[in-house]
Amino acid sequence: MLILHCPHCGVDAEETELAPGGEAHLKRFGPGSSDAEFESYLFHRENPRGVHFERWRHAFGCGKWFIAARATDTLEVFGTYRAQTAAPPQDIRDAITAKRPGWAWRDLA
Amino acid sequence: MSEPVSALDGAACEGFARVAEQGPRGMITLRGDLASVAVKNAATGVAGVDFPGQRECHVVGERGLAWMSPDELMVMLPHAEVPAAVATMTGALSGEHSLVADVSDARALFRIEGPGAREVLAKLAPVDLSPAAFAPGMIRRTRLAQVPAAFWMAGAETFELVCFRSVAQYVFDLLKGAAAPGGEVGYF
Amino acid sequence: MSTRLQTGGRLIDRNARRGFTFNGRRLEGVAGDTLASALLANDQMLVGRSFKYHRPRGFVAAGAEEPNGLVNLGTGGRFEPNQRATTTELFDGLACASQNHWPSLDFDIGAVNGPLARFLPAGFYYKTFIQPRPFWKHVYEPFIRQSAGLGQVPAERDADRYEHFYAFVDVLVIGGGIAGLQAALAAGRAGARVLLIEQTAHWGGRAPVDGVTIDGHPAEAWIARALKALEGMENVTLRTRCMGAGVYDHGYALGYERVADHSPGDTRPRHRLWKIRAARIITATGAIERPLSFAGNDIPGVMLASAVRDYVANWAVSPGDRTVVVTNNDDAYRTALMLREAGLVVPAIIDARPTASGPLVRAAREAGIRVETGRGIARVKGAKRVTGVALCAQAGEGAVLEEIPCDAVAMSGGWSPVVHLWSHCGGKLTWDAGQAHFRPDPERAPTSHDGAPFVIAAGSANGYLLAGEALADGDAAGKSAVRSLGMAAKGGAVPKAEAEAEGPMTPVWMMPQGAGAELRMKMWLDYQNDVKVSDVQLAAREGYESVEHTKRYTTLGMATDQGKLSNINGLAVLSQSLGADIPQVGTTTFRPPYTPISFGAIAGEARGDTFQPLRRTPMHRWHEENGADWEPVGQWRRPYCYPRDGESREDAVGREVKNTRQNLGLLDASTLGKILVKGPDAGRFLDMLYTNMMSNLKPGKCRYGLMCNENGFLMDDGVVARIDEETFLCHTTSGGAEHIHAHMEDWLQCEWWDWRVYTANLTEQFAQIAVVGPHARDLLEKLGGMDVGAGALPFMAWSEGEIAGVRARVYRISFSGELSYEIAVPASQGLALWEKLVSAGEEFGLMPYGTEALHVMRAEKGFIMIGDETDGTVIPQDLGLHWAISKKKDDYIGKRAQQRAHMVDPERWQLVGLETLGGGVLPEGAYALAPDQNANGQRNTQGRVTSTYYSPTLERGIALGLVRRGPERMGEIIEFATLDGTTMSAKIVDPVFYDKDGEKQNV
Repeated sequence: MLILHCPHCGVDAEETELAPGGEAHLKRFGPGSSDAEFESYLFHRENPRGVHFERWRHAFGCGKWFIAARATDTLEVFGTYRAQTAAPPQDIRDAITAKRPGWAWRDLA
Repeated sequence: MSEPVSALDGAACEGFARVAEQGPRGMITLRGDLASVAVKNAATGVAGVDFPGQRECHVVGERGLAWMSPDELMVMLPHAEVPAAVATMTGALSGEHSLVADVSDARALFRIEGPGAREVLAKLAPVDLSPAAFAPGMIRRTRLAQVPAAFWMAGAETFELVCFRSVAQYVFDLLKGAAAPGGEVGYF
Repeated sequence: MSTRLQTGGRLIDRNARRGFTFNGRRLEGVAGDTLASALLANDQMLVGRSFKYHRPRGFVAAGAEEPNGLVNLGTGGRFEPNQRATTTELFDGLACASQNHWPSLDFDIGAVNGPLARFLPAGFYYKTFIQPRPFWKHVYEPFIRQSAGLGQVPAERDADRYEHFYAFVDVLVIGGGIAGLQAALAAGRAGARVLLIEQTAHWGGRAPVDGVTIDGHPAEAWIARALKALEGMENVTLRTRCMGAGVYDHGYALGYERVADHSPGDTRPRHRLWKIRAARIITATGAIERPLSFAGNDIPGVMLASAVRDYVANWAVSPGDRTVVVTNNDDAYRTALMLREAGLVVPAIIDARPTASGPLVRAAREAGIRVETGRGIARVKGAKRVTGVALCAQAGEGAVLEEIPCDAVAMSGGWSPVVHLWSHCGGKLTWDAGQAHFRPDPERAPTSHDGAPFVIAAGSANGYLLAGEALADGDAAGKSAVRSLGMAAKGGAVPKAEAEAEGPMTPVWMMPQGAGAELRMKMWLDYQNDVKVSDVQLAAREGYESVEHTKRYTTLGMATDQGKLSNINGLAVLSQSLGADIPQVGTTTFRPPYTPISFGAIAGEARGDTFQPLRRTPMHRWHEENGADWEPVGQWRRPYCYPRDGESREDAVGREVKNTRQNLGLLDASTLGKILVKGPDAGRFLDMLYTNMMSNLKPGKCRYGLMCNENGFLMDDGVVARIDEETFLCHTTSGGAEHIHAHMEDWLQCEWWDWRVYTANLTEQFAQIAVVGPHARDLLEKLGGMDVGAGALPFMAWSEGEIAGVRARVYRISFSGELSYEIAVPASQGLALWEKLVSAGEEFGLMPYGTEALHVMRAEKGFIMIGDETDGTVIPQDLGLHWAISKKKDDYIGKRAQQRAHMVDPERWQLVGLETLGGGVLPEGAYALAPDQNANGQRNTQGRVTSTYYSPTLERGIALGLVRRGPERMGEIIEFATLDGTTMSAKIVDPVFYDKDGEKQNV
């Protein structure tokens, strides 16, 4: 069972305090978008064996959303950061690179 | 107004710790920029205690301030003072993006007292309750069995715990079961 | 026979007698006994029957690995099947019974399977009984069901209580043998928070039994000193009777503490499940001896050599008077020496190795024990008890050289480290050819959230079988754990453990090595599931190359003992059959729990009244006292109706509907969600959240709104009241408040975090009471306090004031079609106001009504209900709610999805009213039939019923349903299928059945 550090309240929360929210950093497409764009936004998800970025809510705690950079194969957590972040911050990306040189996720590397 | 009625009318039980529902306590949710001087003044003005830092809870008797999240405080005070306090705070924050709401009746408040109090909570919440990890002055919002709850310490061996009013009986039953004689763990 | 020896027994108190019963027979043991040792002391070697062949079975082991000694334990509310007698501490009054036999343990009709065993080979479930097909259902299955299964199902409610406990430590040490104790000492001295758990009631593990000396003294003295030192450390917690059940991600572990199994009925919880979060976990879980595969190795009296030693040393019980020892290693010689010292006869040690020369071998020879090297057991004689063994050459095919009479056989095939907990979370193993076992590979330990290894194996669990190495390894593990956590390990001399040196062992996977088919059919690998060497070989011949497939095909290792004895032996046989190396074949997966744990422990407090949270409104007690018939709505309990004396539910609902429509009804609506949304961007935010426009709502007014998810599907509805320029109060469905609040916060925090909006879930702050019916205004005016007239408070408005002296907010909204006020007051005033309304309403004929009357009235009005008309695939357009979907807004959550091709398809099922021709009530969820069948041979459908009720107002059945192109087909008659195969005809009509123009609610 995972433990994730909530960057909002500072608690190292076990999974039962958290609610998962799926893939992070999705770009919303609304009216006016093409069918392909909307399909991609609504349905297409990364399913990596390795580095992934996921949304979590500290549901039983401070109620805030954050993003975890995590390895899906080993469950190693490279870092967590607030959901009010458009793209993975550089320090998180550096932490991943230190552990997993050559990693890639979507168009990130 | 009729005399306000708490969820369980002060139900209590004795186990290896004492569990008692408390009478109505005034609680006000304040959301806003916690770094703002206006917010700080509005909160400390009615609560009369120091402004709390992250996951801190300052309580003196029925008055207190608890840090609930980076943009939320819980202001505690006697139940009867709430309407005036809400008006005062709302007035003080009129120019400030904020939210002030009376939540006194949305909650039930419990006291868990005695040397075994830590163990009672450690049976129900996935939280390190050792004295080194949790001490007076702190608040923890967490899961108590299957419901959300928050607790802090009102003394060396006394916890105060809030949950939603509708699950007061469930929480009382949980605490009563966890404190039942014979269930002493002897861990802390 | 097995009996109690006159002297010895380090764990028992001979003077404290303990009475117990086995199959109704009164027996006596002593304090400190396990149920197994007490049964053996009473010469009860036969304790059960095997799963498949119902062969007689006796104890093989003395601990957690025991596959045979399972009993129905306890009576009444403390009855539990499949309890291992070897891990059950004896207490006065214990009652147990053997299982899996009929009519009796001694004579079992099911044992007819035995001679027929050749017809029940591996995979027999899959092949033997398939043809002819009808036989499966009528002959084979009933037969198998009758003969299979272990134990009985408890009949009574569990009398005990159970609990969880969350512990957070730096170092968790699992296993209280000498390696575990030393690991805990090393970690504890460094100042780490340490929890040391041991599954038995005793510390020290095997060392005291095996004659180990530590620093020149008997192991027991060192163990006592170590315990004293640990007890003196404030940062160390010790726990016996607490098994490490599982190791999971990020340092999570479960400890299964059997608090009161040995003292049932005292005030303590029976079991406590420790939910432990540890930075480092040391698995000092010991090793398990392997059986040898020779014909008849399952006959009662054949035991592990170490178990024989345990029974003698710990409980002064001799499993037999004449015990033949059979081995492939030196360790088993300790058993022979101990038996000899206890004054028992050891006719021979049969050693499969060509030569044997270690100090233990020498000692046995010097003691005058006959040692036969290069020999094996061709077969064991006996049925319900060993009567002798036939010797053969290990290198041969089983030609009998000699028969030796004996009543017990002590076997040892070498030792396997208990690697379960190491492996649970991904720790990998390495094959140790010298010891012929898998041991943890320290280079491939399980890793935690930080990527660092968090499990360290220690002692014999790490492959260090000799006491000296094990103790040193425990010390190293403790130090390495604390160092990896950044603490300084304290120095100090590592205690030196000594035991007799041992010569090399030789792997023996079959005895004799060239045994023919007849013998192999009698060589048991898995005692509980009756899997033999021949079964695994057959599976290999039939093409099962993967160990995981072979396991499932043969059921090897799938019994309650999970193959603790059979795993390595089975895969060795498989690898030999496949001509592959053992490491190549690999092991099956080790999964938690290590041994079965009780459901009670898993459930903890979640049973009875606290099985799940039950949410009560402030008026709950009044409903209870006034005869409410409850309905669960989410976790809430709401009154379904309030039946009066002799009234059926249907009659009560009818009365409540009619009375509300004609006089006055009162509904507890407190469960409705109430979420405050405030800020300069609140209107903009609600415009995105709801399908219609909310930003232009005037303060003081209410508006009904629909909320969709990004898929376009309708997820919630409710009335929004604008409190002031910046503040809205959003009502949600009952039970929807939490997830709608979460939905709002999700969008605010993760998408529009620059919008200035705060939310607060105020659902439980208010008790909300709906006063409904033609006399609603009369009642409120009688109570007084504020103007509720049509002028001051028109339909779809709200106002604030006092009702009967209670500070209140009153909403003029209606879900029934009647004149209706919803009054929100602080929850602490809810009951008081409710009671005032009830008593003041008497003169107007007031009656409370429940959720069913609410449903009937809303259906009569054609109002949709989330969860009835919606199911997560329905968009508002399907429900004819176009009026509540803004055409002016560029965007709202779900708008883009509602433009997808499938969503604008005119063929979609859409909301209509349904009127049965005969006035009857359509069945819930009934499908409307369409011509022909689909590709799967099922009848085509063209719609379904979403809500269906008897309308007391109209005195006929009414229904709402979704029908293909429904609104275009008014007046058409369609057929609905019922459960009994008949159909009902219904006419498609307008969904509003009552007061179509809304005159009644607008007075």
